Formats: sequence, C-alpha cells, structure tokens
Amino acid sequence: MSSHAYDYLDGNAAAGDLSKIFAIDITTAEGQCANCGATKRFAEAHLYMHGPGLVARCSACEQILLRFVSVRERVFLDARGMTYLCFNASQSREAS
Amino acid sequence: MWRVGTVIALEDETGTARTIALQVADWPSHTAGQHVDIRLTAFDGYSAVRSYSIGSAPNQEGRLELTVERLPDGEVSPYLTQKLAVGDRLELRGPIGGWFVWRPWQTEPIQLIAGGSGIVPLMSMIRSRASAASTAPFRLLYSVREPGAAFYRNELEAIAAQGHSVQISYAYTRAAPKNWPRPVGRIDAALIANSTWPSGAVPTCYVCGPTSFVESVSALLLSCGNKPDKVRTERFGPTGGRQ
Repeated sequence: MSSHAYDYLDGNAAAGDLSKIFAIDITTAEGQCANCGATKRFAEAHLYMHGPGLVARCSACEQILLRFVSVRERVFLDARGMTYLCFNASQSREAS
Repeated sequence: MWRVGTVIALEDETGTARTIALQVADWPSHTAGQHVDIRLTAFDGYSAVRSYSIGSAPNQEGRLELTVERLPDGEVSPYLTQKLAVGDRLELRGPIGGWFVWRPWQTEPIQLIAGGSGIVPLMSMIRSRASAASTAPFRLLYSVREPGAAFYRNELEAIAAQGHSVQISYAYTRAAPKNWPRPVGRIDAALIANSTWPSGAVPTCYVCGPTSFVESVSALLLSCGNKPDKVRTERFGPTGGRQ
C-alpha cells in the first residue's frame, strides 16, 4: 500500500481556515453528500490540503464536498458537493 | 482571530519532541481534544500555518501546552523544537474543533488509541478527566516505535498506578522493553481484543495518529462490532497538516 493512498486528513484540520467565514464550528455540522447521499459530520470528511487550497471529499464515495481557496484578501468557497450543511445554531462557537 | 502567546516553559519529551507551554491573554479555555493553528511569519512576509493538538487540561488561567514532534524535513517543527526560547511570542488561532473532543459530562467508557504523537489530544482528555474529577472509565492503547519514543511516560505510569479507572497498554512497533510479552508489531485484532473495551460496553473511541494508523485501527474497531458513530478519528500527516 503506497503512502500516497493515505495523503488525506480529516475535516477537523480545515476548521481553522474555515473559521474565517463560518460563525459556528463547521466540524460538528452535518452535511449530505450530493453524490451518494451519505450524511456525516464535516469532521469525518477526508481533507486534502497539499494543493493551493483545501478540498474535502466524502468519506463514503470520495466525491468532492467542498473546496476552499484563499487568494490574498479574497476567499472562494465551492460547496456544491453537499445538498445541505446543518449547523446546531445553539452551539457556542468553539472555533474563533 | 489570531492571538499572541508567550512561551513560558519548554520541556523535552523525547529526543525529537518538545512540550511548549504558552501563556495567552484572553484565551477562552478549550475542550480536551481541540487543536490550535500556529502561524510563523518570516521577515520577508512569508508565513506558514500548522495545526497542533493541545495536550494540557482545560483551565481558566490562559495556559496551554502543545507537544511538537520534529519532522526531519519540516518547515515549522524544527523551529518550534530547536530554536524557540522561553519569552518568545507565537501567533495562534483557536481553540479549534468541536467533534474530536471529550467533555467531563461524558460518563460512558472511553477508549483512547494513539499512534506516536497522536497521544497529545488524548493526553488532554486524560488530564481533563483528572482535573474534573470524572469517574468515567478510560482505557488507553498507545502505539510507539520504541520505549524511548513514548511521551508523558512517567505521568501515565503515575495515573495507571492510582487504580483501574485508567488502564494503559502499550504496543511497540520496532523495539520493545526486555521480556515484553508481545512481539513487536503494529496494533492487530488480537491486541484490540485483549486491550480495549469490548464493543458490548459501548465505548466512545478516539483514535489519533498518522492517517495509515487511523485507517487500520478504526477498521479493526469496526470489525469488533463498534458502531461507526462511536469511533471518532483525528489524522495527521507530514504534508502541511496536523503534526
């Protein structure tokens, strides 16, 4: 088994960067994969972060859930790989 | 939001890992298992951000400890483990993450499984359990290359000596102490069966280590009957990720 097969982390590792745009901790939010329908916590996604941005993939089917890129003062978010992302609005913010 | 922490103490854990104690103004405390992002900025403006788990117990004093393993070709960890001095200041963001956490109101059995420096967030859980006077039954299975590579060994031994409520087992992958009953090797199904909670106890499991370690251990836990929603994982890797 090559080490290349294990070049991902989990959604947790994106939380610092994503705290730039999400007011509530995203790692505990539940997202549904637009491809396979699996519903999981964002923390459970497979996160690839060695490119210029972050790519989160579904841990069940490996389709892209979310892409996030910062270019100087601009931040691009593409979340079309999820049909929804459900946050617990009563949760106190843990990522600041 | 980036804050500034001042280094108040440094202590070597092993030949390649150092614990960094920071004092941070207006720090909102943390929950055991969370991490921080550390940002280093060079004179020319180039900056690098890395994530490190917090190893200390939550407290209200604005104090936190990170244990950083030096990676031979790392960009940030050699600086943190070799150059950083008491009194230096570091930029940090956090605490981060609300999923891979243990909170003192959890009373169910807890299974912690660490690979190498993956012990750090799990140590925060063990210390949090003690500081909150929790009676939740904990088990830790800690996989290290060799005896000298284990972090926090004396403290873990002292905790284990206090009774059976925190049970600690080691797996050695390259070299074991003399007369160690198990041959050296990675965590396997037999060790999971002998050293961890049976799935019938419905433990919440926290697995932290390199990605390949986490994949193999979480697959073993699931094959023993643990449910996927009871196995929480935190992976780290050498390429820009958690270290």
